[in-house]
Formats: sequence, structure tokens, C-alpha cells
Amino acid sequence: MEKFTIHKGLLVPLDRSNIDTDAIIPKQYLKSVKKSGFGPTLFDDWRYKKAGEPGMDHSQREINQDFVLNQAQYQGASVLIARENFGCGSSREHAVWALTDYGIRSIIAPSYADIFFNNSFKNGLLPVVLGEDIVDQLFKEIDDGYELTIDLEQQKVITPSGEAFAFEVDAFKKHCMLNGLDDIGLTLQHADDIRAYEVKRKQEAPWLMA
Amino acid sequence: MATRTLYDKLWDDHVVRTEADGTALLYIDRHLVHEVTSPQAFEGLRLAGRGLWRTNSILAVPDHNVPTTKQHRGNGTAGIEDPVAKIQIETLNQNCEDFAVEEFLMDDIRQGIVHVIGPEQGATLPGMTVVCGDSHTSTHGAFGALAHGIGTSEVEHVMATQCLIQKKMKNMRVSVQGKVGAGVTAKDIVLAIIGEIGTAGGTGCAIEFAGEAIRDLSIEGRMTVCNMAIEAGARAGMIAVDQTTIDYIEGRPFAPKGEEWSLAVEAWQHLVSDEGAEFDQEVCLDASKIEPQVTWGTSPEMVLPISATVPNPSDESDAVKSSGIQAALDYMGLTAGESIDTISVDKIFIGSCTNSRIEDMREAAQIAKGQTVASNIKLAMVVPGSGLVKQQAEEEGLDKIFIDAGFEWREPGCSMCLAMNADRLESGERCASTSNRNFEGRQGQGGRTHLVSPAMAAAAAIKGHFTDIRDLS
Repeated sequence: MEKFTIHKGLLVPLDRSNIDTDAIIPKQYLKSVKKSGFGPTLFDDWRYKKAGEPGMDHSQREINQDFVLNQAQYQGASVLIARENFGCGSSREHAVWALTDYGIRSIIAPSYADIFFNNSFKNGLLPVVLGEDIVDQLFKEIDDGYELTIDLEQQKVITPSGEAFAFEVDAFKKHCMLNGLDDIGLTLQHADDIRAYEVKRKQEAPWLMA
Repeated sequence: MATRTLYDKLWDDHVVRTEADGTALLYIDRHLVHEVTSPQAFEGLRLAGRGLWRTNSILAVPDHNVPTTKQHRGNGTAGIEDPVAKIQIETLNQNCEDFAVEEFLMDDIRQGIVHVIGPEQGATLPGMTVVCGDSHTSTHGAFGALAHGIGTSEVEHVMATQCLIQKKMKNMRVSVQGKVGAGVTAKDIVLAIIGEIGTAGGTGCAIEFAGEAIRDLSIEGRMTVCNMAIEAGARAGMIAVDQTTIDYIEGRPFAPKGEEWSLAVEAWQHLVSDEGAEFDQEVCLDASKIEPQVTWGTSPEMVLPISATVPNPSDESDAVKSSGIQAALDYMGLTAGESIDTISVDKIFIGSCTNSRIEDMREAAQIAKGQTVASNIKLAMVVPGSGLVKQQAEEEGLDKIFIDAGFEWREPGCSMCLAMNADRLESGERCASTSNRNFEGRQGQGGRTHLVSPAMAAAAAIKGHFTDIRDLS
């Protein structure tokens, strides 16, 4: 997994609540057996005029100029801000893969759906939780070339004017992100504990261990 | 010992170790796998040179991509026209073969939607932890199990370690007190709950559904309720074990037998929240006030009783919410103040992991019996949740009732719930659907989904518009 320590990048505002993972990456692209290549179809239904299909040359499709990601001033954005309950719905990790493949490194929202939130940390995408009032302030402040600095080590989001907002993050998740750790490897360090649990469980509830 | 909730007990029984900050390794008993969210996990194992920790904890089935028309079934994957979908199912078959995982192939009578076949086979048992790379895994909580959806990275993690890294969620109880009126089903109960607490109401929580109206439900109905816990933001929903649970499981192929059965049944008696156990959040609903429900918007919380009218954005004082309502009305092609029972529909979908079990088939057939699908309905389809559900429905003559009324009777799969296969809405088409999500584009780009119960969907097919099933004679 790619490390996340400190990131400075252009902010793109997606002013909606309850953005679901079906919107982030529509179902037709989930047929892929790969983890890469989802960036061109991120927010596909909103980004393009007509529905797309896997295997298309997406660069040739007619884009929806009204959609924020298509606007000139947000090209190259790597931080996305949205309203509450971001990433609700389907568990598809493809939603995270689409965001990271597009170039998004961090998201800012007042709240996230649980599965999406977890999936993000597994892929080096940092979901930052800031209060609704702060999110509202950032939506109002966004201007041409508005870049945010997201410092995971210090747990701070810093605006172009130097204003800093602290955010909370789970210590274990932070540790894995800062170091780009593979958590399967970490868990396997406790293989003896898992085996001991299995022995105990086989006595207590043999029907579960058949 | 202090009093504990059902979730506390399930959690305590599965903790392998806990770190100082509360991060735990949670042991997983059952891992259900399907074609969409597993290929990258198997590939990850291969790349890292890792194997499966406990192969017999896994049961695999293709469901999301499978065609549901008879001419495309019956010859393995040969009938799948979409080459990308075909590769994905063949990849699952190959992975299961390579890793010696038990899989119900497309031609197997036991094939079906992963959340239908797990319980049907007795592969989901009380007291288990159940995971699947699918958010509707919460369904299995109906058995007093701790079941939730996970992402593909977590699928790989469970495959390699039999554990999930987790922090304990909060305890939430939703009690539905009293009895529901005639014509009000499990689907209406859960939609009413989501309408009450909102799509993020259960975020960070495990929800226990309780109360007389929940206890009165069959196992199928309980699965419908737990299935949609995720639509209220909760990764896990659950219902305490009782005799209904035990009666359903007895004799199923994967269920314990003989002496183990007796031991298991005894252990399962404890899978209830203790008297006086504390919940972080409590919500109560009066069952007698719940009417048949219809969603009108693009989020499951945008739901109203059939007797209501479409809401007006100008009645909402919060600017963000008001614009959300307006955006939903624009997308859905609805006008504020319109009566819900006058909204006409184009297509009917009866199926999905929410409502494709035998009881759902019976509920819809009861409405359809001797009736004819209205002339404005372009397609009314019934998609049973598994080959075994289909077989039983046919034994009961339900297929004939549907076909005689003008419905299509399909082969099992996820179908138009998420429209990964050929079953989908065209732009602008309006659907009465028994599935779980009415998100923009969920059933096809530009498609307009209204979530309802199987009976309400069948009634909409007959009338051509939404109608209060309580008014049907």
C-alpha cells in the first residue's frame, strides 16, 4: 500500500450528501477482475453525457461540462470535499480504487459510511472527518487554485491562509497508513493466537469448526 | 457477569486478541464468496504466495452477473453473452478450483443469491461470525449471527488469516412494538425504520431488531429486515434466536446433526440480549402505525406510506436537505404534492437478496392470482433467489400463477437489483422493485426505482400504478 504522510493538493468540491458507491463507480465496471483502470469511469453517470461500458475509449466520450470534476479549475485535483455519509451503499472497494486511480489522495466530509471508510484505509486513501461547520466553511472558501495540506502525522488540515483544523484518526489505521503497511502480514504475526483460539473454539462449539 | 447485549456476546465469543487501543482480531466462522468482489482477493493471495487459512469456512457462488433467462442458462457459462461478465464468473470457477473452495456452479440447483443460499443450506448458523464481500451480508444476522459486509482487501485478509481487524461497534436497538396491520410486511417495517432513523442513523452501530412485530416475523421476514440494516448505515443487523430460528435450521445440509445438534441448540438459547442489557442508542416504533411503504426519492430514507403525497422541498428549512429533495424529485420525474398511489410504473422487479425467498414468492403470487398485468407495464419479472426457491415455488404452482398473469418467471440471480447482467431499466423508466437501493442509476442509468414489498410490487403490476394493497379485495 502507498504510504500517506503529508499531502498538499487541489481541492474539488462535490456538494452533495449521501454520495453512494454506485455513483462513485457504476455497476458495469465491477466486472473487471483487476484493481486498476477505474479512474476514467469515476462518477461515470455524472461525468459523461451517456452511459459507458467497460472496454470503451473513455477519452472519446462526450463529457458533462456541468459536472465539477470536468471544470477547468479543478483539473489535477487530489483532495475531494463532500457532505455527510460519503460512500454509502454497496461494499464495492472498486469505489476506492476508482478514486485513487483518478488521483484522489484524501477526502474531506463530515461523515462516511463504515465499509467505505474502512476500504479507504486499506488503499492509502485518507478519509478525513471534519465538523459540518468546517466543511461548510471550506465549501465557501474554495477559490481558483485552492490547495489544502493534509498532514496525517500531525492530524491537521491546513488551508491556503494557514488556518489549521485538527482531525481524529484511529491510531492503528494511522500507523498502517503512515508506514504503508500490509495488515495481513501484521495479523499473521499473531498466527499462534489464532490457532489457540481455534483449539478452544473447537471444544466449545465443535459444529462451527467442522 | 454484567448484562450483555446479543452483539456483546457475539463479539466476546470471537475475539482472538485485543490491542490496548481496542483494535481486535475477530475470528470469522463463515466466509461467503461471489464473483464480483473476490477476484482481486484471490489474486492478492497468489501475488503474496499465501494460501487460505481455513478452506472449509468458505462457500462460493456466482450470482451478481449471471443471466436469468432460460436460454442463457443450463450449459455452464456458455450462455453468458457479455464476455466481461463471463470472464469474471470463469475466474471465480478457476479460483475455487485452484484453492479447493466449495462452489455451487451456475448449473447447480443450489446456485442462487449468496444471501439466500447461505441460510438455505444451513451454512449460516446462530452464533457465527459471517462475512462476505457484499454489504447485504447483514441479512444473516436474522439468525442471531454477527454478519457484515466487507471490502475486497478484507476478503483477502479473512482468506489469509480467518480474522478481521476491527473495533467494537456501538449497540443500537430498534424495537417495533405491537402488531402490524393486515397487508404490512417485513419490507414495510424495515423501510419505515429507515425512514425514521435515516440512511446514516445506524452508522458505527450493530443494530438489534426487537419487539413483538419482529418476533412475529418468519425467518424470511427477519432476513428482509436485517438485509436492509446497511441501508440504515449499520454494517450489522441482528435478531435474537428463538424457536422460529431453530426450526428453520434443523435438517439443513450444513447444519449440525445428532449429538452436535443438541449441543448447538442448547448453546443458541443464550443468543439473546440479557434482561436489562444497556444499549448506546434505542429507537422504538409503533407497529400499528406502519402502512405499506413506497420510496419516492434516490435514497432509501426517502420513503413514505402509500397514502402520502410526494414531499415539497420548500417545506424543508435546511438548505442542503431541501436541495437534496429537489434533486431527487428532478431525477425521479416527480412533482411535489403528487399522490404516491397515482404514480404509474413501467417495469416490475420481484427478486433480490431482500425479497426473493419462498415467502416473498407466495406473497406476490397471492396478489397476482387470477389477475393480469396492466397494459402499460413493459416488463414484470419474478426472479427467485435460488434454484431451490424456484423449485419449491414451481411445486406450489406459483410459477403458473405469475406466468398466467403476464409476469416473466426467471432463473435465480441478483438480476435487476443492481443490473450487472442484462436485466436493467432504460433511462427514464420507472420501476416498482422489491430490492434494497433506489440510488440514481442503480437499476440502469437514468432508471427510476421505487422500493416496495413483493405484495406492493405485484399490485403495482396489476394496476399499472402504486396502489394500497389493503384496498384490494
